[in-house]
Amino acid sequence: MSNDLRGVVVAHGRIAEALVSAAEGISGVADVLVPVSNDGCDRDRLEERIAEAIDGRPSVVFVDLPSGSCLVAVLHRFRGELNVKVVTGVNLAMLLDFLFHRELPLPEVAEHVASRGSGAIRVT
Amino acid sequence: MSIVLYRIDDRLIHGQVVIGWGRPLGAEFIVLVDPEVSGSEWEQDLYRMAVPRSVDIIFADVEEARRRLPEWQADRRRGMLLTGTVAVMAAVCQNGTGIPKINLGGIHHRPGRRQRLPYVFLTDDEYQTLIDLQQQGPKIVAQDVPTAKAVGLDDLA
Repeated sequence: MSNDLRGVVVAHGRIAEALVSAAEGISGVADVLVPVSNDGCDRDRLEERIAEAIDGRPSVVFVDLPSGSCLVAVLHRFRGELNVKVVTGVNLAMLLDFLFHRELPLPEVAEHVASRGSGAIRVT
Repeated sequence: MSIVLYRIDDRLIHGQVVIGWGRPLGAEFIVLVDPEVSGSEWEQDLYRMAVPRSVDIIFADVEEARRRLPEWQADRRRGMLLTGTVAVMAAVCQNGTGIPKINLGGIHHRPGRRQRLPYVFLTDDEYQTLIDLQQQGPKIVAQDVPTAKAVGLDDLA
C-alpha cells in the first residue's frame, strides 16, 4: 500500500483525539491519523466529518464500538467503498500497529491491526 | 407494560438509548419508526447489532406505526418507540392517544434550527409542532439521559 494510507479514528467524546495524540506521541509518526468526534452531530453531519477526514484517500476507519452512531455513520456513507476498510473496537495497540504496517495492502492491514488490537486484550 | 418511553433522537438506536434508557427501564422491545431504515435490510442489520439479543426490535414506517401503535401499547412487555424527527413522531402520535410523555433526546444542528439545549436544536416550525402535540395530551420534555434534568417545552422557547 502506498503511504497515502490514512487512519481515521471515529469515536465518542474526546476518545479519538486522545488516542491519536497518544499514538503520535509514542511513535513519533504524525499526519497519518485523523481524529473524528461524534460530539454534537446527527448522522449526516458525522458522515460529513468522516468524509472530510478521509479526503478521498485510501483509509482504515477505526471505530470505538461495534455498533452505534459512529459505526452507522461510517457504513452508511462508505459501505462497499473499496478504498475504505472499517475496524471496530479501536485501542492504542491497534493504532500503533497500523502506523508501522501501512505498506500492506488495505484489506491485509485492516486484518492485521484487528488481530493485533484484539490480541492486546489480556487478563493477568 | 406497553411503551414506557417515546423518544425523538436523530441518532436513532445508539448507546444513550440502549444503555442509558433501555437498561434502567428494562426495555424488552424497541420500535424504530424511520422511513429510510424500514426499507433497508442492511441498515436494519446495523441497528440490530446495537441491541442485546434479549431485546426485540421492530422496524416500521409511519403508516405501519400508526396502525400498530395500539398493539404495541397493549404489549405485556416494556417497550420504547423511537423516531429520528419531530415530524415522524407527530405523525405517529396523532391525537396523542395513550401517550403520557414524549422525550426529546438528541436533535442536532441543521440549517434553520436554533439551539435550545446543548443537544436540542429546533426550527420554529418544529417547536410549534411540539406545542401542538403537547396540547393533545403528552407532556414533552427534553432529557438526553435518565440522570439529567428534564426540561419542559416552555423552557425551550
